Amino acid sequence: MTLAVSEQRLVEALRAGDQAAFEQLIRMYQASLLRVARIYVSSRSVAEEVVQETWLGVLNGIGRFEGRSSLKTWIFRILTNTAKTRGVRESRSIPFSALDDPALAGSVVDPTRFLPPDDPVDPGGWAVPPAPLPEQALLARETLGVIEAAIEALPPAQQAVITLRDVEGWSSEEVRNTLEVSETNQRVLLHRARSKVRSALEEYVSEAT
Amino acid sequence: MIFNRNRSLSCQELVELVTDYLEGALPRRERRLFEKHLTACDGCTTYLEQIRVTIALTGKLEPSSISPEAEAALLAAFGDWKRT
Repeated sequence: MTLAVSEQRLVEALRAGDQAAFEQLIRMYQASLLRVARIYVSSRSVAEEVVQETWLGVLNGIGRFEGRSSLKTWIFRILTNTAKTRGVRESRSIPFSALDDPALAGSVVDPTRFLPPDDPVDPGGWAVPPAPLPEQALLARETLGVIEAAIEALPPAQQAVITLRDVEGWSSEEVRNTLEVSETNQRVLLHRARSKVRSALEEYVSEAT
Repeated sequence: MIFNRNRSLSCQELVELVTDYLEGALPRRERRLFEKHLTACDGCTTYLEQIRVTIALTGKLEPSSISPEAEAALLAAFGDWKRT
């Protein structure tokens, strides 16, 4: 794997002590690092400490970074190692119960919106079908706030997956490698997250109109 | 999800497969059932559209920025690091 040119430049600039390169990296990854850290530790403040520690690890390790993985992957590996150590110290022994929770199975849409299984005409069909979302409501600035709040309300693992995939635009492979989850689990987490955000959006729009 | 060979997907089953569908993870047979259902069901077509809209809007969120305190601490650490 070869580093993208822009990444290679960032690495060289950082090694040369260029503060702007460091600031750029922080801007690129700070938010995602925090989300991922929250999977492993119990509070936002501990997660922030973990992220700070991660950046120090990046500075101290950049001289030895060989580019065998992407810079992003390397930074997130420092994060997960730091966060796991910290999580263990916090005696939060959830290496990945949060990501492999069997309770993740189950329906994502309120079952009462469907006809019962013994319905003679259309078992499992829509009883209360969704209405098209009006364009106007979607353009409103508050709508993004509703989405943001819905994401904040998700369990940490779902928050991390939807943030990396849908806010940051990571590929499913990158997310899988960073979070060390199976393809299936990643998809289940993404599915639940997106479904809940959709439902918050639908609720908001139906109240607003 | 177990598919009964003799029947099509219900709406309630379809909504649980939306992400698998969008991720290209449905086996061919299920994918065909999924698409066949959509052609005949306004409710599920709307649902899928809402999910697409949700994804598009989520993509418009600005990643939250770093707190000024945290940034100041990092830049100070950067200064220390540079001196060593």
